[in-house]
Amino acid sequence: MPSENLIEISDLNFSYNTHSILKGINMTMPRGKVIAIMGGSGSGKTTLLRLISGAINPSSGYVKVAGQVVHELDRDALFKMRRKMGMLFQFGALFTDLSVFDNVAFQMREHTDLPESMIRDLVLLKLHAVGLRGAHNLMPNELSGGMARRVALARSIALDPMLIMYDEPFTGLDPISLSVIGSLIRRLTDALGMTSIVVTHDVQESLKIVDYVYFIADGVIAAQGTPQEVSASVAPFVHQFVHGKEDGPVPFHYPAQAYIKDLNLEGDFA
Amino acid sequence: MRRSIVANIQDIGHRVIESVWRLGHASRFFILVLLKSGTCLRRFGLVMRELYYTGVLSLIIIVVSGLFVGMVLGLQGYETLQKYGSESAVGTLVALSLVRELGPVVAALLFASRAGSAITAEIGLMKATEQLAAMGMMAVDPIARVVAPRFWAGVISMPLLAAMFSVMGVFGGYLVAVVFIGVDAGSFWSQMQSNVDFRFDIMNGFIKSCFFGVAVTAIAVYEGYDAPPTAEGVSGATTRTVVTSALVILGLDFILTAFMFRGVG
Repeated sequence: MPSENLIEISDLNFSYNTHSILKGINMTMPRGKVIAIMGGSGSGKTTLLRLISGAINPSSGYVKVAGQVVHELDRDALFKMRRKMGMLFQFGALFTDLSVFDNVAFQMREHTDLPESMIRDLVLLKLHAVGLRGAHNLMPNELSGGMARRVALARSIALDPMLIMYDEPFTGLDPISLSVIGSLIRRLTDALGMTSIVVTHDVQESLKIVDYVYFIADGVIAAQGTPQEVSASVAPFVHQFVHGKEDGPVPFHYPAQAYIKDLNLEGDFA
Repeated sequence: MRRSIVANIQDIGHRVIESVWRLGHASRFFILVLLKSGTCLRRFGLVMRELYYTGVLSLIIIVVSGLFVGMVLGLQGYETLQKYGSESAVGTLVALSLVRELGPVVAALLFASRAGSAITAEIGLMKATEQLAAMGMMAVDPIARVVAPRFWAGVISMPLLAAMFSVMGVFGGYLVAVVFIGVDAGSFWSQMQSNVDFRFDIMNGFIKSCFFGVAVTAIAVYEGYDAPPTAEGVSGATTRTVVTSALVILGLDFILTAFMFRGVG
């Protein structure tokens, strides 16, 4: 019987050159849930996704997906595991030389021997799920940002993955598209029984659809909880982030030496 | 003063190390492309599609340039040869210049500008828009699926385009010398036929264009794949493809010519 947790992350550290990006991260992600990872820009959220997908290796600690330690897999085993993963990139990353239909069919043609008639039915089914069956003949440059994101979502569920990772899925969308993408993430997760990890800044939209939230700040988990717990939290960081306050533990200024020193005015005020 | 000399030496050392590192990186990438070519050679449709973009779409510039280069050769050749009363040798001059040198070299320079730059820009933009990363996430190797088909399409196109360039050049020379100026058609063709050797001239020209095809396309795909994923990065990579290809073509041409035509004639 498979473990209840699809992903287990234990004491995960990642450094780039000498710069420490993630420090001692521990997480568990149960099957069939939508989990949000939130945090400011540069806090290490996307790095965490790249570690889960095996695009980079940790400095220490491990990520286990479906019981397998990702960075210990050889290339063939990693690619085999990735066939059961989907990833939605920030702006969709659709193949611009292929039509919407061919984009969704891409993985089916690369990884299966299905006949073309069955691929056609499956592609239309996936596109229907995201409401874009009628757009299957269009090219990516004919789509709006929201439509491109939905096609990318259809493409990422092409082979019915066990896990989908969303990298900033709400960025740059109008309120209607944003709401559509949000509800699609929830509905597809429930309908296909997969697990979803949503890396996002969009607090309000994501709190509506997720089951659990992790906040990352300065490479560590600053807070975690259910959407209700997070909304009611009075912890300074969570409160500042959820309510978008300018004042709080996250400083407005990037670390710098004293302003007066930068302006060479030290002598004048001595 | 002393410090600036040290800094300059450090700078030179840094550049040399960087260049050697880059050469090693490019060589490793080239070997990877060869090792991962199995997929596209099995699914030849992938190469055929790229043959259209790199080969067929380069035809117009190759045909027009070849025609004009041949016409200029015919005109210049006639001007010089008629002083010695050997204007009937103009066919030989045009054909030898084209099949030995100008066909492979000029076609390769045009190919680098037209198709090489397009390959670099396309792969660079695919990287900048995360299409290559998305492919990797779908367990499809971008080197096997994107880079290798473009590489082989370039390698196949180049000799064919060079041959087309030479054919159009010979036709251009014929137009000027025979049709416009009035050199005897029989002597134009018969001198060409008797003085152009299949093995030494045509085959050596063909071998040169194969080398140029490998060099230009390898540079183009490497620069695209290695481009920083920004607008500036892609534009810089595209420029480097054209400049590096031109220098490599001319350098290789000298080396190949030295080996091929040693002691001939």
